[in-house]
Amino acid sequence: MNRNISTVAQRAPSALATNKVLRNTYMLLSMTLLFSGLTAAISIFLQMPPMTYLISVIGGMVIAMFVLPRFANSPAGIGIVFLVTGMLGFGLGPILSMYASLPNGGNIITLALGGTGVIFLGLSAYVLTTRKDFSFLGGFLMVGFLLVLLAAVANIFLAIPAMSLMISAVVIMIMSGFILHDTSRIIHGGETNYVLATIGLYLTIFNIFISLLQILGIMGGDD
Amino acid sequence: MDWMKIVSALALLMFIAFLFPRARDMMKNSPKGTSSDWMSFAIPIVVIILFIMLLIKLV
Repeated sequence: MNRNISTVAQRAPSALATNKVLRNTYMLLSMTLLFSGLTAAISIFLQMPPMTYLISVIGGMVIAMFVLPRFANSPAGIGIVFLVTGMLGFGLGPILSMYASLPNGGNIITLALGGTGVIFLGLSAYVLTTRKDFSFLGGFLMVGFLLVLLAAVANIFLAIPAMSLMISAVVIMIMSGFILHDTSRIIHGGETNYVLATIGLYLTIFNIFISLLQILGIMGGDD
Repeated sequence: MDWMKIVSALALLMFIAFLFPRARDMMKNSPKGTSSDWMSFAIPIVVIILFIMLLIKLV
């Protein structure tokens, strides 16, 4: 009996801590997504050249990989998350301008945005309701991601549209797996830092959006 | 532009080199999934594939 009471007492703070990480992650994620939207709008307004995307993505990823982990446990980490997501959003400006100039560009952007939201919310709801542990996916997803990156390097020079389409489709599958994996890590106490959890989920959303834009752009261009 | 292609490829290769040790660690340390675990991953992925096909129809 005493053992049961102490088990319940030990679990309660742990569950509260997990809920706090989840709540903080979703709050910071929603704010960074809004901030990205704002920087993307500024970039469109300023009519930034296409190379902005490349510079922003490389800069954002370098900061996310080398600077953010050092400040993840301090308030400065939140500022760095906004810096990274703001840069990535700013880089989206020329891409969105290019799609908007297509005959059905507005439709493509709206569907990609809505589709990304549905995929993220659907997968998050799936993990939160089933509470399944997807930690077994970690190695599989990382190896799959490395392989798809190698294919992307090859396709930079080959420029085969069918291969672009395939890479985008596989990226969406892998990023969907990462949403399951990362969300499950948060709810099972594997990720206790909401700054790192936020940047991980943000990057999955960013990649799904870009890949959906590419798929819908290629498939929608047939008409 | 060719220089943009070269910079993109170099950036991706550096990203791969950065991720490789992490991928190797995750491969070694990730728990093995049962067939039921893999099924619980496959079902939402199939739903997403169908959803993307629907989006393509809507474009």
